[in-house]
Amino acid sequence: MKAVDVVVIGGGLVGTAIAYGLSRCVQRVLVLDEGDQALRASRGNFGLVWVQGKGTGLSPYATWTRTSASLWPTLAEDLFAQTDINVQLRQPGGFHLCFSDAEMAARNASLETLRESLGGDYPYVMLDHAEVKAKLPALGPEVVGASYSPMDGHVNPLKLLRALHTASQLRQVQILTGTRAERIESAAGGFTIHTSSGSYSAARVVLAAGLANRTLAEQIGLNVPVGPNRGQVLVGERVRRLLDYPTTYIRQTDEGTIQIGDSHEDVGFDDGTTTDVLASIAQRGIRSFPMLAQLKLVRVWGALRVLSLDGFPIYQESGLYPGAFVATCHSGVTLAAAHALRLAPWIAGGAPPAGIEHFSSERFRTYQPTSNHAH
Amino acid sequence: MAHESIDLVVIGAGPAGLAAATAAAAQGTSVVLLDEQATPGGQIYRSITRTSPERLAALGPDYAAGAALTDAFIASAARHEGEAAVWQITRNRIVHYIQHGKTKALQAQRVIVCTGALERPFPIPGWTLPGVLTAGAAQILLKSAGAVPAEPVILAGCGPLLYLLGSQYIRAGVPIRAIVDTTDASDYRRALPHLAGAIAGWPLLKKGWSLMRALKRAGVPFYKGARALAVEGGETAAGLRFELRGVTHRLSAKVVLLHQGVVPHTQFTWSLRAHHRWDANQLCWTPSVDVWGELDVPGIFVAGDSRGIGGAQAAAEQGRIAALAALCSMGKIDAASRDQLAKGSFQALRCVLRIRPFLDALYRPKHQNRVPADDVIVCRCEEITAGDLRRIVELGCLGPNQAKSFSRCGMGPCQGRQCGLSVTEIIADQRGVSPTPVGYYRIRPPIKPLTLAELASAEDAPAEHGTMSHDGN
Amino acid sequence: MLTDSMKSLFRTLPSSTVPHVTIQFDGAPHSVPAGISVAAALLVSGVQRFRATPTSGAARAPYCMMGVCFECLVEIDGLPNQQSCLANVREGMQIRSQEGARVLCAAAQCGSSAHGA
Repeated sequence: MKAVDVVVIGGGLVGTAIAYGLSRCVQRVLVLDEGDQALRASRGNFGLVWVQGKGTGLSPYATWTRTSASLWPTLAEDLFAQTDINVQLRQPGGFHLCFSDAEMAARNASLETLRESLGGDYPYVMLDHAEVKAKLPALGPEVVGASYSPMDGHVNPLKLLRALHTASQLRQVQILTGTRAERIESAAGGFTIHTSSGSYSAARVVLAAGLANRTLAEQIGLNVPVGPNRGQVLVGERVRRLLDYPTTYIRQTDEGTIQIGDSHEDVGFDDGTTTDVLASIAQRGIRSFPMLAQLKLVRVWGALRVLSLDGFPIYQESGLYPGAFVATCHSGVTLAAAHALRLAPWIAGGAPPAGIEHFSSERFRTYQPTSNHAH
Repeated sequence: MAHESIDLVVIGAGPAGLAAATAAAAQGTSVVLLDEQATPGGQIYRSITRTSPERLAALGPDYAAGAALTDAFIASAARHEGEAAVWQITRNRIVHYIQHGKTKALQAQRVIVCTGALERPFPIPGWTLPGVLTAGAAQILLKSAGAVPAEPVILAGCGPLLYLLGSQYIRAGVPIRAIVDTTDASDYRRALPHLAGAIAGWPLLKKGWSLMRALKRAGVPFYKGARALAVEGGETAAGLRFELRGVTHRLSAKVVLLHQGVVPHTQFTWSLRAHHRWDANQLCWTPSVDVWGELDVPGIFVAGDSRGIGGAQAAAEQGRIAALAALCSMGKIDAASRDQLAKGSFQALRCVLRIRPFLDALYRPKHQNRVPADDVIVCRCEEITAGDLRRIVELGCLGPNQAKSFSRCGMGPCQGRQCGLSVTEIIADQRGVSPTPVGYYRIRPPIKPLTLAELASAEDAPAEHGTMSHDGN
Repeated sequence: MLTDSMKSLFRTLPSSTVPHVTIQFDGAPHSVPAGISVAAALLVSGVQRFRATPTSGAARAPYCMMGVCFECLVEIDGLPNQQSCLANVREGMQIRSQEGARVLCAAAQCGSSAHGA
């Protein structure tokens, strides 16, 4: 086992994006990843690179998300250059469909609030049915209109994970699979991570273990209140090109399959599916694009988002144990670029990204729960 | 939505399902038998209720025996729902199915899964070419349509079904180009210690021998101990290439029928997250059940080949045993009656299973036909090769689910039915571990495809989807 | 009448009076026994190629005949990606090869197919 500068606990989208970013900062990195049956939010994501609507209640999150979206082409090109894997990034803009005038008004109001909190730098427009239909010809008559933002797009999340793994390994990142971190011990000059199959030491450690961050973080003096939130998704068969833009709940992948989501359920660690929720997702899909009624479903799945108390990411360096970091979010795809290109340099010892202090868990000391959370 | 409530729902109208449904109905329980086909019989007794005398003669006496089973079922009080494609069974026993374009569901007190077997994958070069079918497919063509190859056909692989098909073809006047058998001396040596069991099941042995004799008498060319099988052809199959004692043979044929045994059809039991174990003798996953066939999911039983390969007679006995256990656990009969009624079935079951170790050893599919070379397609739907999989293991994928997410392997319409076992074994082989730590695909509904519209009409949906689940999957 | 049974890979065993129905495959009519699966009917009518895969365009045809391999997909009466081994023939049935990924069309248009009809 070679000496390393940083141990990253968690080999999902957050962990490998950070590991990849660290390797670009000439850091020697070891990633510790669990086994094939682990919960893995990385396998259960939708693939949106999505900006519009995010950050209500914490505008730095809107900025952070925008930054990541603007850095995404750089990440995609880098990964392609190194691995020959095309992660199929497309950023043609995206639509959030509305089914009533009231929905349109509410949507406009919340996006306008976001725009104001960002000093006006927030491109979006409300479009009526005809204008949306010009871009999405399969649009159903029940759709009254939509908000469109040029900031939005999508990517193939599975190819992304594979590309990050491949690129990391090409850059000498060691990835140990089947290795579950159990205990973090702080020692002179750094940390020792005790796992089911050995112990590993480094000057710095990053917790990117999703839901497991909650208990691991206690060991580095941090409070990381994350819990599971389930989303269910329908996967349809491959069809010839139908949708040229992603929408919040429906997208066509680069392979031609159609994905339809989603839900937000508080059901503990249950990643199963339920017919009533699936049926209502199906109904919304048909209302959005009526010809989807004929689409054959191949698979449905549920996955657990890693959701913090207020729904926003937690990025923090431990005060008690400097050199120990936590990174958790539930938009590992959208934020992959920011994680690789902004967060990783900070973890490597550089300056903290602007506004990162807003994502510290200190904010939970005065947290007042509201009814909605970040998307 | 209040689903129709049924005491016992049986899935699959093969010998296990027919026997289970008939046994349960005899005790006055409400029973529904769901099956994909319009008429009962499953695969082994396919189309038995509407088969001509000529075809019956060609198919042989074992097939005709299925008539007794189906007749008893039809005469019973059990309700038959044909052309019913079950797409989901939940852990609290709601059974969802599509029938004639309509979405339906039943709330069962007990469920018996009798989904039978499917052909083991046979990943050799060219196995995806048009003109290559399984021996089972050939039997279905014969049973359900009286269809047979028009030109001399090649049968390749190993196992009793291959020879049975051959003899059925002889009787029907179908010319056989050759039987290319992968069974070799090492297989006989492995099977020898189990000979006692085989002799105990001697009627089956005798049947097997007479099949072979019929084939030899008919002058069918037999190649034994064949290795390095490969189907040759451009856009369609043109023939089979193989090696025998270092010599390469090429036989031309436009239809090549492959078979190296059958394996349990476990899509439902996996989707229930029931525990499965790797059976090192049968080289497949079998659901973990108690003696009655109950899974570690309460109230759900498995009977027949989907519980473990045992053949049609074993399937019928397991069906009866599971039905009796289900009835007892519902309080319809007491434990003493259950044990008394099941006694004969347990004895018969032990009897017919005695030959299994011998057959499993003798017809153990060859490693090279389960774990193929790099350029052979393993996932037919997504056209992923064994080499693709090996590269992904080198990237750190420990099991089929990670492999799936890195390659789309197993994501096509068949949802792993044709590649699952190969993928488990290739990963195990590459990692140098047994299949047990490698595991299997996470299987999710729908077990059969349904349209978005059919799903949309499946339930009375709540107004928002932030609500708690209802059917506790 | 374009029954290519001389080139067929499969044939039906001679059987006492079985009624026949006429189906069409890619526009060509075929007389086939009533009550058999579409897959069987096409095989005995000389069809060797049922579809092209959406991934590489490779030619495929039935493999398992029992609904677990999804190789026998064809378009039946305008509905794409139907497992032909699980559907029985009907008089006048219009069948077309499944050329790669299906086209999703509005319900009113579903009589047309990916063949540009």
